[in-house]
Amino acid sequence: MPLADFVLYEEEYGKVEAELTALCRDARITTAAVIDKNGQIIATAGETRRIDATSLASLAAGDVAAANGMAALIGETEFSVFFHEGQRDCIYMSLLAGRFILIAIFDKKVTSLGMVRLKANKATEALASALTSASSKSESGKNAVGEPLFADITSEDIDRLFGQT
Amino acid sequence: MSFINFSSREINCKIVYYGPGLCGKTTNLQHIYGKTAADRKGKLISLATETERTLFFDFLPLSLGAIKGFNVRFHLYTVPGQVFYAASRKLILKGVDGIVFTADSQIERMDANLESMDDMRLNLAAQGYDPEKIPMTIQYNKRDLPGAAPLVEMNRLLNPGGHTWYQAVAVEGVGVFETLKDIVKKVLAEVRNSY
Ligand SMILES: Nc1nc2c(ncn2[C@@H]2O[C@H](COP(=O)(O)OP(=O)(O)OP(=O)(O)O)[C@@H](O)[C@H]2O)c(=O)[nH]1
Ligand SMILES: [Mg+2]
Repeated sequence: MPLADFVLYEEEYGKVEAELTALCRDARITTAAVIDKNGQIIATAGETRRIDATSLASLAAGDVAAANGMAALIGETEFSVFFHEGQRDCIYMSLLAGRFILIAIFDKKVTSLGMVRLKANKATEALASALTSASSKSESGKNAVGEPLFADITSEDIDRLFGQT
Repeated sequence: MSFINFSSREINCKIVYYGPGLCGKTTNLQHIYGKTAADRKGKLISLATETERTLFFDFLPLSLGAIKGFNVRFHLYTVPGQVFYAASRKLILKGVDGIVFTADSQIERMDANLESMDDMRLNLAAQGYDPEKIPMTIQYNKRDLPGAAPLVEMNRLLNPGGHTWYQAVAVEGVGVFETLKDIVKKVLAEVRNSY
């Protein structure tokens, strides 16, 4: 692959999820998620059934990418915090460890932007360290399992994927 | 940049449909969406102008099934083809694993095809990719139109690298899944070679 792939193992996943769950509780956030800047979901916590997380992640990534395109135009390297306010629900986003985005969806009647921002900042360090550890495992190449994982994917395997379409 | 999640046992890959304005990129995604079983697709999101031109991107998540115990998921995106959305096109290429270059077969669109191909190469390079090496499939769309350019000519102009190519009539669904299947194969072959 031309660029480093990203591989997430149980250990880091568990840490990220635990941090997000704590964040939901402490800041009284409805739904929290960590995605990467390309729109892939890393982990979610809180109320997730009401929300189409896949769509949310791709739009959030697009939103952050567009905002940072504007940042470059005005001579900023990057915006690091993003906020959208609705009648009732709001979305707060911040950059994590350079290549990830923390998303928090909250109800204005239940909590406040100040509270969300404070708790999100506090969670940032632990989240960033788990994610950085995952990134460096990815970059150290291949997989920690030790054997080539997909070496025996055959052409028939791939054909089968399209059987039902 | 494929994303492999050992915790949820998922492989996620990103495919971008690139090509000049009105060549039929969005139509490809609409056809795929329409013909895919409900449990294998998410919402088709289109950020479009009032005249249905792509403004930022279209997005369609597909879940293709399992290989070696991993659920294989593809995120399909289209770029906005209109020349003045150049900045958005560059953003959408971030993290791409494979490209479908959709060309418009009408002779009068050949300059637009070439311009889009050049633009794509520059944008890929700007994102750190080698445009010669990224998995790519070429689709010659709108073969139904009377003014369609000969395929030999299109290959000479647009496909010097000798990528696999398909004829398509995306509005009728012709060639759409053939193209998709080809790029999925190429991307998964890369995943196989990387892990
Ligand atoms: N005749 C014919 N028309 C087609 C074909 N494929 C797409 N179209 C039509 O071409 C027009 C543009 O198609 P889109 O899919 O919106 O084009 P696009 O590439 O997404 O365009 P942008 O969003 O501006 O980049 C629509 O009216 C389609 O119905 C085809 O194979 N044959
Ligand atoms: Mg379009």
